Amino acid sequence: MSHFLEFRSITKTFPGVKALSDVSFAVDRGQVHGLLGENGAGKSTLLKILGGEYIPDGGQVMLDGTERHFTRSRDSIDAGIAIIHQELQYVPELTVMENLLLGHLPTRFGFVRRGEAIRWTRDNLQRLGVDIDPLARLIDLSIGQRQMVEICKAVLRDATVIALDEPTSSLSHRESEILFRMIRDLKARGKALIYISHRLEEIFELCDGCTIFRDGRKVAEHHDLSQITRDQLVQGMVGREIKDIFDYKPRALGEVAMTVQNLSGKKVPTPATFSVRKGEILGFFGLVGAGRSELMRLIYGADVRATGTVELDGIKGNITSISQAIHSGLVLCPEDRKQEGIVPGRSVSENINISCRRHYRRAHFFVNDSAEAGTAEGYIKLLRIKTPSRHQEIRFLSGGNQQKAILARWLAEQDLRVLIIDEPTRGIDVGAKNEIYQVLYGLAEKGVAVIMVSSELPEVLGVSDRIITMCQGRITGELNRTDANERNVLTLALPVSAPTPAAAPVTA
Amino acid sequence: MQTTPTQVQPLPAEPTSASANPPSAPPPPGRSAGQQKLIKFASDYSIILIFLVLFVVLSFNVEYFFSFTNMKGLALSVSQIGMVACTMMFCLASRDFDLSVGSTIAFAGVLCAMIINSTGSIVLGVGGSLLAGAAIGLFNGFTIAKLRINALIATLVTMGAVRGLGFIASHGQAVGISNEAFFNLGNNDLFGMPIPVLFWIGCVVVFGVMLNKTVYGRNTLAIGGNPDAARLAGVAVDRTRIYIFLIQGVVTALAGIILASRITSGQPNAGQGFELDVIAACVLGGVSLAGGRATISGVVVGVLIMGMVQNAMNLKNIDAFYQYEVRAAILFVAVLIDQLKNRGKTS
Repeated sequence: MSHFLEFRSITKTFPGVKALSDVSFAVDRGQVHGLLGENGAGKSTLLKILGGEYIPDGGQVMLDGTERHFTRSRDSIDAGIAIIHQELQYVPELTVMENLLLGHLPTRFGFVRRGEAIRWTRDNLQRLGVDIDPLARLIDLSIGQRQMVEICKAVLRDATVIALDEPTSSLSHRESEILFRMIRDLKARGKALIYISHRLEEIFELCDGCTIFRDGRKVAEHHDLSQITRDQLVQGMVGREIKDIFDYKPRALGEVAMTVQNLSGKKVPTPATFSVRKGEILGFFGLVGAGRSELMRLIYGADVRATGTVELDGIKGNITSISQAIHSGLVLCPEDRKQEGIVPGRSVSENINISCRRHYRRAHFFVNDSAEAGTAEGYIKLLRIKTPSRHQEIRFLSGGNQQKAILARWLAEQDLRVLIIDEPTRGIDVGAKNEIYQVLYGLAEKGVAVIMVSSELPEVLGVSDRIITMCQGRITGELNRTDANERNVLTLALPVSAPTPAAAPVTA
Repeated sequence: MQTTPTQVQPLPAEPTSASANPPSAPPPPGRSAGQQKLIKFASDYSIILIFLVLFVVLSFNVEYFFSFTNMKGLALSVSQIGMVACTMMFCLASRDFDLSVGSTIAFAGVLCAMIINSTGSIVLGVGGSLLAGAAIGLFNGFTIAKLRINALIATLVTMGAVRGLGFIASHGQAVGISNEAFFNLGNNDLFGMPIPVLFWIGCVVVFGVMLNKTVYGRNTLAIGGNPDAARLAGVAVDRTRIYIFLIQGVVTALAGIILASRITSGQPNAGQGFELDVIAACVLGGVSLAGGRATISGVVVGVLIMGMVQNAMNLKNIDAFYQYEVRAAILFVAVLIDQLKNRGKTS
């Protein structure tokens, strides 16, 4: 018996992380197969292998009975595979029509046959039940609408395998309904679909079978979802006892360390007000795009504020710029480590010392090499950063070690008061996760206020003393550690228009 | 704010056994540590090796090449490019670009000549010229850092505008300089070395130290390596970029003044294509156009290779028209080597 699309014993390792080990599953035509798992469980890695972005270290990808080797995304597209990523891939400046027809616009003598292109686009959008103007530029559409265009692109390309990575995370209820209708239609037309979602009721509604991942392994596979309960799925996804890796111990909290008042900006339209105490770990939870990172950047002075103030205990006045923030002991470990955290081509030592070197510099101008070496070596040892030497370029380190180096950058500040850390363990394996939590606890013990932004619910529940939820650019609630559980935190973090609130979806 | 430099703030969460630290992480599989070191050495210093080989080959094959007089002449011929290459190195290292240096060279020379002629004061001439260079650099830096205009466009604008200013001021004519004392600057020796060469050496020392030993230099490399990360790490990105262009403007004006002294006049036509020679020398010296990578030794060697090849071709009486081809070929090969070298690294 051969399946239409089959993964056989796929293995993929990144430096320091085993992203996938020995994963197998299959999808047939006319089926929707769900992939479930926590963030970092390996679902996206698998899709990237299917899309030719990653080459697996071991295992086979079988399509229609023959083994395929996708080494470029072109290979995968040519094989009739369409992948709709969470980060959409389109040309924002171009129109819907141009995006849909990119690369094969109808032409005559090299000139675009505009009328025909518009007609074709309008007909097809109508057929798919999507109500979008073919001549609207993507940049002017909502994220949800852009997603619909992206899906239409895959459908119109006549792909036989369509994989969707959390397609509904930014869709409204009505848009989701249209999407589901499209998916059912595709299924009826014999396409093989892979569907990744954190929302379990969507899995029950759409999928014929599902595979559950945890830490890069397949932990369960179900072919008949009617026999399965929601709790069984959750059990499979979470698996281990949460307390194990979080290792939380209660701490005494001090006075208020930072007060944020009526802070708003471009992506945080509703003014935010909250405070954090010395020795407290304050978790910020929300879905992707809830405005958490944007709020943190506003606090740090990295983006332009519309209104509001940030005040630190013992420091006069409003913090308005990055340099003022750092000088006052308010620092930020950014969400996107690669883009905003590390300076890739520079050494580990440089990355650690980039800010604190001002304490050591001579005559305000010359760097103090021996002091910087001491700081770097000290933190490499203290945080157990795995690197051949402090001179190693940081881009060669694993994600966890890069994160530790960025933490070291701020630990080296002499008067650290507030540490904001955005997605502290994204893309980091379990062992390093625990080490990073230990660093955060250590800081809190010393009286530093820690604000931890995370999309991983277990992490937020396991580490925080208090949790603030955000949704659509707005603070929607606040819960103490003792009151918080998966359900009430998620309820607060979900948009009110989310589908079927009765069965709260699980982001795990 | 001074503290004991090596102090690391202890954390309660300190791992228990420091001695149980893993030894350093193993090197990537496939190559032994010794081989790795050798490869790293060869790739880090490949341009210096190329320079040495070229030098030896030319010394044996080109008559008169290997003589002190010729070496002095060679150094003199590239001294202006060498000076400006030092500051262009910062510009490229921070992921920027400056096309306006050729025009600034010419304008600084013309302006200096005109001020000297009308006031009789060399000090005023040099001072005024340097000030003008600073103004041009400041304008570049401000438009790029604050108004966020692409460096290529911003300096293309000043390149045209400043070249025009030189022509307007001089009515398109060379401005002969009346005060002969001024010619000492470009044409006399000091300690057995032509003064322009001493200026170049001075620039190499100053900017070499600046790049490697100062916060400014490290910040420049961090900005070039990842501007967003540098900003979030508290580096004053805008200010640093403005300084880079400001300093570049001043040094370029100084080079223009020295050139005017060497040729005893301010030439509004001077320095055409100069900017490309300077950038080529930097790239030849391993400065990455993508930013974040630069060494002063590389830049010096890059300048010397350009000078050496030209010098050898002159000695061989090769037609000037063919020299363009040879220089282009050298640049192409050097960049190709660099590209191949980096291809192995991006894994």
